[in-house]
Amino acid sequence: MLEAHDLAGRRGHAELFAGVGFRLAPGEAIVVTGPNGTGKTTLLRMLAGLSAPAAGEIRLNGKSIAPFSPELRSSVAYAGHLPALKDELTAEENLTSLVHLAGAKATEPSLRAALDAVALGRKRTLPARVLSAGQRRRIGLARLAVLRRPVWVLDEPVTALDSAGVDLLARLVHEHLDRGGVAVLATHQSLGLEPGRVQSLVLGG
Amino acid sequence: MTMAATVPAVVEAASGADQDGALAGLRWAVTRDLRLAMRSRAELGVQLLFYVIVVALFPLSMTPERNLLATMGPGVLWVAALLASLLSLPRLFASDHADGTLEQIALSPYPLEALIAGKVLAHWLTTGLPVALLAPLLALQYYLDGESVAILVAGLLLGTPILSLLGAVGAALTLGLRGGGGSLLALLILPLYVPVLIFGAGAVDSVRAGLGATANLSLLGAGLALALVGTPFAAAAAVRIALD
Repeated sequence: MLEAHDLAGRRGHAELFAGVGFRLAPGEAIVVTGPNGTGKTTLLRMLAGLSAPAAGEIRLNGKSIAPFSPELRSSVAYAGHLPALKDELTAEENLTSLVHLAGAKATEPSLRAALDAVALGRKRTLPARVLSAGQRRRIGLARLAVLRRPVWVLDEPVTALDSAGVDLLARLVHEHLDRGGVAVLATHQSLGLEPGRVQSLVLGG
Repeated sequence: MTMAATVPAVVEAASGADQDGALAGLRWAVTRDLRLAMRSRAELGVQLLFYVIVVALFPLSMTPERNLLATMGPGVLWVAALLASLLSLPRLFASDHADGTLEQIALSPYPLEALIAGKVLAHWLTTGLPVALLAPLLALQYYLDGESVAILVAGLLLGTPILSLLGAVGAALTLGLRGGGGSLLALLILPLYVPVLIFGAGAVDSVRAGLGATANLSLLGAGLALALVGTPFAAAAAVRIALD
């Protein structure tokens, strides 16, 4: 479903990685690890379609795709380091805005249910400004759950989450894989995924 | 905590490559940016107050002679409008860039050009339009007659959208720069504003000279049409480069 062939990443003139390749079938995930500065974020941004690989090719459903291509933009959910939240808007408004931006038509009850599911139901009318870093992350988890895009690209998704939050993330990833989705995760924390459906990629090793 | 399994499925809308997608993207950007602007009204007020004060400074700094003020008035109002537009430009993309929203905007299935056009429209509604509507009041200080004021407002209504559109390209191009982005933006964009200034202020001058403003206003209209077609694409390309 998602394949990478011989990808190379560069930052300025320095080569971060080269010859990276993998193939994810529906229901499979890949966990990217490696020391800081080895290009985890660079690789994930390529897979999300935000930047072009220095060499190599990314294929989605067998079709070679370029950065910002429409296929990519309608099937990938990317969560980067930055939460994409507006301090002035409430938790619910932020979620609604992000879901609509992703082209999905979500009803109010389904958005509220998603906020309940990430334990933000009582905080939904608070401006994002007053939410903690972990609570802000949870809005991002609610977004992933509501959108149900087939490809998840998550950069350090456990940052700032408490143990209940990590459990929640693990459950969301499990359900996503059970539905036949694929996920690329840059994280050093084990999410308790079954070894059979998780590949591992070590950068800078 | 409820199980995440209770989250109901969402009907995914059709991909945004078609016309509906462009319109929906435009609508999303306009409503969101207007809502954000309403949440930080103080900032908008400061920009308009800046415009009012700049316009009010000139009569104080020279002999309050009727003819002199009437000659200078249109030019002063236009320069102040230019500066007010410039002052609010960094807001257009910088905060979205800083908090990661710009990544999600660029990855949206809606066409990026439409989303940017929506942001520019919201920018114009919150800066250009109030500037044009305040102009008749401020023109009182410059002894402009009724016809001149009408042409001034018409010129501002045609010209300020061009300022927002060109400014969007400049704001997108200076996105990656840290610190110096604001001053570079001014250097980059003010020369591009010059034709708008010339034809806008010139329209009022030619009315005062009895020549009629049709030629100047038509040129402004043509400029607006050209900017509407070209700048969203240029700004979208610049945003993609800034994210790479």
